Amino acid sequence: MMSHWIIVPVILPALLAPIIGFVMRHDITMARIASLAGSTALFAVAIGLTMTAAGGETQVYRLGDWPAPFGIVLVLDRLAALMVLLTSTLGLVVLIHAVATGWDRRGHHFHALFQFQMMGICGAFLTGDVFNLFVFFEVLLIASYGLMIHGGGRDRMRAGLQYVVINLAGSTLFLFALGVLYASVGTLNMADIALRLQQMPQENTALIRVAAMLLMIVFAIKAAIFPMHFWLSATYANAPAPIAALFAIMTKVGAYAIIRVHTISFGPGIGATQDIGSSWLFPAAVVTIAIGAIGVLGARQLLPLVAFSVIGSMGTLMIAVAAFTPQATAAALYYLVHSTFAAAALFLLADLVLARRADQTLAPRLATANNGLFAALFFAAAIGMAGMPPLSGFPGKLLVLDALRMPGQIVWAWGAVLTGSLLTIVGLTRAGSLLFWKNAASGDAAATTPGRNDHGPIGVPEVAPTVIMLAILAGLTVFAGPVMGYVEATSAQIYDRPGYIASVLGTEMEG
Amino acid sequence: MEFVVASSIGVLTAGGVYLILRLRAFPVILGLTLLSYAVNLFLFASGRLAINMPPILSKYGAAAYTDPLPQALVLTAIVISFGMTAVLVMIALAAFLEAETDTVNLDRPGNADAPAKEGNSA
Repeated sequence: MMSHWIIVPVILPALLAPIIGFVMRHDITMARIASLAGSTALFAVAIGLTMTAAGGETQVYRLGDWPAPFGIVLVLDRLAALMVLLTSTLGLVVLIHAVATGWDRRGHHFHALFQFQMMGICGAFLTGDVFNLFVFFEVLLIASYGLMIHGGGRDRMRAGLQYVVINLAGSTLFLFALGVLYASVGTLNMADIALRLQQMPQENTALIRVAAMLLMIVFAIKAAIFPMHFWLSATYANAPAPIAALFAIMTKVGAYAIIRVHTISFGPGIGATQDIGSSWLFPAAVVTIAIGAIGVLGARQLLPLVAFSVIGSMGTLMIAVAAFTPQATAAALYYLVHSTFAAAALFLLADLVLARRADQTLAPRLATANNGLFAALFFAAAIGMAGMPPLSGFPGKLLVLDALRMPGQIVWAWGAVLTGSLLTIVGLTRAGSLLFWKNAASGDAAATTPGRNDHGPIGVPEVAPTVIMLAILAGLTVFAGPVMGYVEATSAQIYDRPGYIASVLGTEMEG
Repeated sequence: MEFVVASSIGVLTAGGVYLILRLRAFPVILGLTLLSYAVNLFLFASGRLAINMPPILSKYGAAAYTDPLPQALVLTAIVISFGMTAVLVMIALAAFLEAETDTVNLDRPGNADAPAKEGNSA
């Protein structure tokens, strides 16, 4: 029994994007309708897939019906379904924001690129083959290059060039890793790699370690973990703000790949590679938190501030991932969902605010229209990002801390997360009071500068996406119990390596 | 044979890394191209080096064949890196025309000069 719904999150945007790109290229209304309809359909499919996957069965979709180690498979388990649902939710809300604020008209092919981006991200989450993961990475990257420089401008083009260069170097590294892996294991199917590594004698594992470490570096570039985080602040600060909000899921692609590949294929129980998490990823995550916190504290402009808070949240996420225990991974998944929406909320809000301010420097300016509303929203989003109650950052960080109680971990992990949170709170508070509280006196020279785009008061469609993001954060707190139940089941399924291998390769016996 | 392949991959990689570290748009593009050549050769060699053997399993007689999978992987990698290089060239060109500087780094002195120039011409 093979459900064809598994491939729909890849096929649907892949078909829609060229239609939007070629047929509707001159008609923005049609493109908007098609893109919104496609994203809504994707969201519905993702809900359906999540409900199917919640049953706990690992479903396999064999492309071309070739059996698993020979053909490429898509694998739908709880983790993949959760990530696809997260992607489609974020995509839909960000798209509404982009349409409502008119960002999609500031360049060509926004909607086509957006759909290709969705295709790449969903494909990366669904695939069960490492080389196919590389291909989907390239799909999502090439779409993100286009989106990153959407609207153009000097600084954005230069930051875009830098972003392309670092990711091309990362792709090359990915290919080197895959070459080493294939040369030493002889397969690129994740389940098959795990199976063969379990049977491999201990002394032949030097190349496997190299491959696992190279893959870790590649994923760390995507996830912006120290020392591969340098690209993120420039990219996110110069990208169009709605795209930066969408990119909140791109760092999570890296985190997902580490969770998937380094648990199933290289994880606990595989002697050659099981200590990579504790000996490399954990210290890197601690440093990442520190960099994020210091960056938030030192930022002089709004978008870099948000970008550094994303780096800090990635550090917190990876510190939990690095433990590679079921409890810590469950906490990491909860925090992953939270931090995606928190980062997106901050970026969307920053976009609304910056459209009405003279510049993005954190300094007193003339109060914009709706200053009180923006202040309230920023307050809520900052609470979410910093991890204060009542929003979901608080239970998220609590779960992460609770999962890291090993003697070697506790001092570093608790110290880093708690100090990082404190510095983030201070940085965000400073930014909030400078932006919204200390308004320049009306006689001031700076105050007479009109807003950059001279927008009037805000309409409901423009502010709705930000409010939806914050509502999701509140919902994650209220329904923390059911969500935790799902992520704990997800985590148990991730660590059930024999079950995964049997589901992916077992179908070979039937066929 | 192994020595030739291994050293050529090494030389290409070293050249590519050196050129990327120049941090100017054109050398960086050339460097990334060299790196992608290196990785293509490397992938090709990951199925073990074999000469004069068919890339399919022969059902007649001896089972000597060369692994076809890396060849498929290389083909994919070539297509992707070709497309990516084209995108990179266009973005680099656009960035150069916008900023009148071809440094990849964002905070080089060249960056500070550009706005002044823009201001003069405006």
